[in-house]
Amino acid sequence: MATTVVPPTARATAPETRSDVRVHRVLEHTVEVVSDSGEGAQKCAQIFGRVSARMGNGVWTVEIIPAEIQPPPRTPTSASGNRVRIGSEPITNWGDHANLVVAFNEQVLLQRHRLNALAHDAVVFIESMWATHDDPDIQKAWSDAMVEMGGRGYRFVPVPIEEQTLTLTDSPRRGKNMFALGLLAWVYDRDLDKIREVIAHEFRKKAPKVYDLNVALLDLGYRWAAEHLDFRVEVPTRPSERPMVVMNGNQALAMGAIASGLELCSMYPITPATSVSHHLPEVFEKFGGIVHQAEDEIAAIGVAIGASFAGKVAFTVTSGPGLALKTEFIGLAVMTEVPLVLVDVQRGGPSTGLPTKVEQSDLLAAIFGQPGDAPHVVLAPATMEECFLSMITARRIAEAFRCVVMVLSDANLATGVQPFPRPELSETWLSGPPDQSPVPAGTRPYEWDAQRGISRRFIPGQPDGMHTATGLSHDESSRVGYTPDVHERGSVARARKIAVFQQTLKPPVVNGPEDGDLLVVGWGSTLGAVEEAVARARAEGLQVSSLHLRFLSPLEPGLKEIFRRFKKVITVEINYSDDPRAPYITDENRRRGQLSWLLRATTLVDVDCWTRVPGEPLRPADILDGIRDHLPGRASA
Amino acid sequence: MTDLCSLLTCGPQEDHEWTMDDYATAAARWCPGCGDHAVLTAAHRLLETEQLAPERTVFVSGIGCSSRFPHYVKTYGFHGIHGRALPVALGVKLRRPDLDVFVVMGDGDCCSIGAAHWIHTIRYNPNLVVLLLDNGVYGLTKNQTSPTSPKGHPSNTQPRGAYLPPMNPLTVALGVTNASFVAQTGDWAPAHIFATLRAAYRHRGLSFVRVLQRCPQYTDELYTAAMRDPGIVELLVHDDGVTVPELDRLYKNQRRHDPSDLDGARRLAEADGKLRLGIFYRDETRPVYEDVRRVPSRTATEKLALMNAELDRYAV
Repeated sequence: MATTVVPPTARATAPETRSDVRVHRVLEHTVEVVSDSGEGAQKCAQIFGRVSARMGNGVWTVEIIPAEIQPPPRTPTSASGNRVRIGSEPITNWGDHANLVVAFNEQVLLQRHRLNALAHDAVVFIESMWATHDDPDIQKAWSDAMVEMGGRGYRFVPVPIEEQTLTLTDSPRRGKNMFALGLLAWVYDRDLDKIREVIAHEFRKKAPKVYDLNVALLDLGYRWAAEHLDFRVEVPTRPSERPMVVMNGNQALAMGAIASGLELCSMYPITPATSVSHHLPEVFEKFGGIVHQAEDEIAAIGVAIGASFAGKVAFTVTSGPGLALKTEFIGLAVMTEVPLVLVDVQRGGPSTGLPTKVEQSDLLAAIFGQPGDAPHVVLAPATMEECFLSMITARRIAEAFRCVVMVLSDANLATGVQPFPRPELSETWLSGPPDQSPVPAGTRPYEWDAQRGISRRFIPGQPDGMHTATGLSHDESSRVGYTPDVHERGSVARARKIAVFQQTLKPPVVNGPEDGDLLVVGWGSTLGAVEEAVARARAEGLQVSSLHLRFLSPLEPGLKEIFRRFKKVITVEINYSDDPRAPYITDENRRRGQLSWLLRATTLVDVDCWTRVPGEPLRPADILDGIRDHLPGRASA
Repeated sequence: MTDLCSLLTCGPQEDHEWTMDDYATAAARWCPGCGDHAVLTAAHRLLETEQLAPERTVFVSGIGCSSRFPHYVKTYGFHGIHGRALPVALGVKLRRPDLDVFVVMGDGDCCSIGAAHWIHTIRYNPNLVVLLLDNGVYGLTKNQTSPTSPKGHPSNTQPRGAYLPPMNPLTVALGVTNASFVAQTGDWAPAHIFATLRAAYRHRGLSFVRVLQRCPQYTDELYTAAMRDPGIVELLVHDDGVTVPELDRLYKNQRRHDPSDLDGARRLAEADGKLRLGIFYRDETRPVYEDVRRVPSRTATEKLALMNAELDRYAV
């Protein structure tokens, strides 16, 4: 490996006076920090991302998460950390490959190499202690790894991370990440004061000496880099004129829930949804809200339904396996027309699947998963900002239409961080106290409007509104009735109000020309990657546009009209579909992307799909390959 | 509770006197001879005696014969899904502690499909009256073995008789940390049902009441012996318990049991050939979930200020 190492040169001169430092000016750069689980690479990268956002860079971060809490150290499966893509313009996805990596050992680096996560010319800051370790097994592992990675043009820069950290602390496992942060701070010329502010916030609950040590380590890394490195990377910042906030999708969902006036989050722990409720207990109660951790997924939604029936609209948050368990209660909420917001932060499935990793494979289960006909609304935010806003939209729809609204997020949005304009909160988003006024004589609890299917909700405490809500088929007075006309009327009303809601939606806006050879349709977290791929395709002269759907059920209007203007339509999704060229696969038995199935059924347009299930976000370059492959006239999918 | 009511736009109608008619609905459609009728009558009497405003009272149930109960009380009601009455009731109580909430479940509902919620809701200890109408069989689905079916009792699913000894709901309830009220009554003693319901209503916390019942279709003989021979029945009596003077003449077996004695309650709850009616356990000092989870109420202006402060934490 000697040939690939740029040996560090000891320098005595102060960094300010050095003239031999080359500054690479780029419009964007992608950084990864990877360590064994528990060594703090995530915190290092998160602070780097947050500070970059504060300085005015576009930022998108993606977590690199091992499935276990404490996997064996120095193994590829132990790799834990973050990718942070920063740019001069807003960044909307995690990009293709990392340009610069800080790796705490060669095994976690190897994992990223094997996943083709690193650019062929990536700069790799690698902990140098392993190459000369006393343990011959470790030395061998090191050289084997270097041989495996040798075919690439990575530019290795050995860094004595642990040796340096040990000069300030005797527990390097808890200090190396701040040294690494100092290193990155010098390379990218980050504002040290802003970093110290973020560190102070991160460790606000710890003793002051913890802050002092972390800042000392940060400075140490910064100085080491200044003395030993001969290059820096400049990604010009462009501070926003609008006030911005930076948070991950789960934090945005939690903040949105608060801003929407929801007052009860009833949940059961499940990855990757749980962290929505992590931010809530601390702050929610200040607003008069409660996080109830129920005994199981079923009870979690039951408590939410009970609270909502009693006049306080509640939400529950879960992931695929929990969605499955909640199925019967979802049907009950539909039947009793109790407003309910359900957040599903999707992960890989079926079954336990890929608990920490991204997938968009709950779409059809969310829409059609309830036995019996159970019309409801399903929407999917595509950005962190939309995670926030979707909760406000969801509560409003749920109350106005007495219905269930599902919000489909995913692991990519959940843990990714992106800056967005600070929301201007509105008092009108909040819910007032439950209506306790007497019910006018003669009104019935399900007085369905004959045209619109909508009826007024009676809330316990309202005199003369007494009735028993029931999951059985019932008439306008909520009396159980099994006769054909009663069941027909109820079924019509529950479906009709959702159709009425659909009529309030606007047709989606096409990204790019409104006609062309190929239209790429996406939903959820893939927005940024799809639009970046489409932009590259158009730069190549291809006639490609894209369309991103926020409402999946009911679908936004005008789709058939839009589709008609393109020679071909495909969906791009993170869920499974058969390769049409694979053995045994025919047009008849082919499993398709879930949105494409839905669009075909709804529009009768022959919508094809390009989907992948890598357990990680899609890369624009891969989508671009898919686009080229699907252009009409190609021998294709 | 009164202070909360006064905060709401419409408080209870203090000057109105509620009568039985105010709680009446169409006639209950249970089989003649079903124990549910006796419990319903006692519930109507309780509502009137305690003068509970119909609009501020909620009956929650699951699925089964007994879960039709809310339809036969003219209050608010929620007739949900099998086994899940307790989470719904908890949700109502958690966000609306000003409402009086009753839960009605059958033995399949509570002790089988809903067992997890049963145990955990006892532990949360919200201020609910929880009735287990236990007739030892699945009636609505037509005669399947339930967790409380007596051993040997034949059914459509275990025609050679139930394989296992029945679950004892009393010992289960008494075994749960933070249990605060456990009582048992029987459908053949209406005065006792009423007195027990009233004690349950007046207890602050989750009052778990098991009502021993027969199903006239499938377990008609379940308590015949006890009805014929009052000697099998033992009334638990205490100044702090249930005292029903009109039963004194019939039931000579009376045992003084202090409801604060948990160990004694557990011993008495064990099956030993005696049918014990009365309050096994009561502890008013147990934490009540909606008290533990009480949160301040905020005006919209306060909320917006707090939210903006929260957003500051994420400011770039």
